[in-house]
Amino acid sequence: MTPPTAAPLSAVPDALGRFGRFGGRYVPETLSAALDQLEREYDVAIADPAFQSELDGLLKTFVGRPSPLHFAARLTELAGGAQIWLKREDLNHTGAHKINNTLGQGLLAIRMGKRRIIAETGAGQHGVATATACAKFGLECVVYMGAEDVRRQAPNVRNMRFMGAEVRPVESGSRTLRDAINEAMRDWMGSVETTHYIIGSVVGPHPFPRIVRDFQSVIGRETATQCRERFGRLPDAVVACVGGGSNAAGMFFPFVDHPEVRLIGVEAGGRSGKPGDHAASLSFGSPGILHGSLSYVLQDQDGQTSDVHSVSAGLDYPGVGPEHSFWHDLGRVEYTSVTDGEALDAFDLVARREGILPALETSHAFAWAVREAARRKPDEIIVVCLSGRGDKDAAEIARLRGLAADGGKA
Amino acid sequence: MGVATEASAGSAATSGVARIAAVFAANRAAHAKALAPFVTAGDPDRDTTVAVIEAVAAAGASLCELGVPYSDPIADGPVIQASYTRALGAGITLEGVFDIARRAASQTTMPILAMVSYSIIFRRGIAAFTAEAVAAGLAGLVVPDLPLEESDDLDQACRTAGLALVRLVTPTTPPDRAAAIAKKSTGFLYCVSVAGVTGARMELPSGLADRVQWLKTQTDVPVLVGFGISGPEQVKAVAAVADGAIVGSALVRLMAESAGQPRADMLAAVRSRVTDLAAACGPHG
Repeated sequence: MTPPTAAPLSAVPDALGRFGRFGGRYVPETLSAALDQLEREYDVAIADPAFQSELDGLLKTFVGRPSPLHFAARLTELAGGAQIWLKREDLNHTGAHKINNTLGQGLLAIRMGKRRIIAETGAGQHGVATATACAKFGLECVVYMGAEDVRRQAPNVRNMRFMGAEVRPVESGSRTLRDAINEAMRDWMGSVETTHYIIGSVVGPHPFPRIVRDFQSVIGRETATQCRERFGRLPDAVVACVGGGSNAAGMFFPFVDHPEVRLIGVEAGGRSGKPGDHAASLSFGSPGILHGSLSYVLQDQDGQTSDVHSVSAGLDYPGVGPEHSFWHDLGRVEYTSVTDGEALDAFDLVARREGILPALETSHAFAWAVREAARRKPDEIIVVCLSGRGDKDAAEIARLRGLAADGGKA
Repeated sequence: MGVATEASAGSAATSGVARIAAVFAANRAAHAKALAPFVTAGDPDRDTTVAVIEAVAAAGASLCELGVPYSDPIADGPVIQASYTRALGAGITLEGVFDIARRAASQTTMPILAMVSYSIIFRRGIAAFTAEAVAAGLAGLVVPDLPLEESDDLDQACRTAGLALVRLVTPTTPPDRAAAIAKKSTGFLYCVSVAGVTGARMELPSGLADRVQWLKTQTDVPVLVGFGISGPEQVKAVAAVADGAIVGSALVRLMAESAGQPRADMLAAVRSRVTDLAAACGPHG
């Protein structure tokens, strides 16, 4: 039941960081002052034309924005229905959308006088993007990464080190993204007065979900502009993969107040729908508190976080951003999941038919898009957020297929 | 040395807040300060935890913090994290934690407070959690990841249930905020000695005495100091300025080092260590 004067869906979060009932700030008191400072500094920064102009300049000449909107002709032909268009975040410097956020937060850190940066990373894309921003700005950089992810995303680990970052493998817990966030938070507990934590997704305590969403919203804003220029209208559907949900939040946010645009978030369905076999928090989870905010979480009866699985390190996370939980409960965004196998098949399809190796994360969105396009009319437009390139996954895919490192038969 | 046994504790009819106040009143009368050891529930098993709580009470602890294992404890250092992982691996559940509290509370008058992540309280539901905590004989809650702004509902439920809701102030807390937190705290106020996670440290930070002195002017409840306190020398230094000391990781580490030994030997080691620490708490005449 929506009152006639309801605020637009984009008018969140409130002063306490709430997206509806989700979000908030559930952190040790040690971090409260730093989060207050970040919130104040961010509000000042975004009102400062000099800040926006410096960030815009970097996005243009360092990242290569705007990223193109590209027609996937042979995927469209295969699906035989709606047109599939690709928002090419994979063409950004560092090969993924993550750089949009790390440059913004890096500039914020400098404004706050914090010269040491910490970050967590799952697939390594956020770690690389953070290492890149730190090298560019001359900041010290420490990246926490689950030991399991260090193994399966080795090229990104190497690249972070090349750019001067210290990569600290995390051996606790499930040795994946969730544990990397825990370790980054613990580091921050002891270093908060000199260190900024560049969180990589729309998760964590207020104001992080808002800040990361805002910096990533350049994706959706450009997409809307590009669609208006090319089609004279907004797309019919926009699809993105969702782990923590940063590329999806940035892609969806500029569209949430346009109900004619269908928004679809694709979670990691893993091996099956059984607990422990997937990482689909919105599809199978329940409201809980993880890493400082209230959101959908995969957890047991006592509130202990569940182990999760995804073939994709970037989606292998038991929580999701609070704004996605808000959109989920309102029904504004449809959340669904695809399995490891479907994502791997989609990777092959996009590689062979479009000449693009998509990240395994993004491959989840492709799996849905190809299936859905087949059911839609040719005048309909589906935009896939091509959040990242798949070079980092190539060795792992070869290993999963039992192939040699060169992609031939082992 | 704590004198919990003289307090009018133990009966479910007396509120947790009143039982904790009685302990501090008795300490004051005896010119002693409070020693509050931390014990992880269910590491290595329930029976051992119950026995350890009895042992720390007998050795002179005034209060006990019962750590509720959580899978993602961001405020805790490696020692308590590892302990939580062991306890969860051994199958501890929230029901098991309440069982430990119930059994221990029936054996000692020493107030027991749960150190528990808000994630776990939220999942159970505030009303259900506080009701079960009271039924289990717990005297209060310490919720290290629940800041002031998010705490109204739990605060209300704890006041209704007579449970203490112990608040934490840290070195990064600005003074006006620290004052607001201090005024809200019930049972006692937890002054975190250092910015960082839990874990034993070599030295107490300079300026701690001044912070504690100032905090005591901001609240009517006692002020205890925790994080990084392990040995009798540190406890003595804290007891000289605060109303008591919380010792966490040091005892957990001692228990972990005793793993594999007969339980009686481990309990003797715990008793001996707590006796030394409690002796460092006074009496201060």
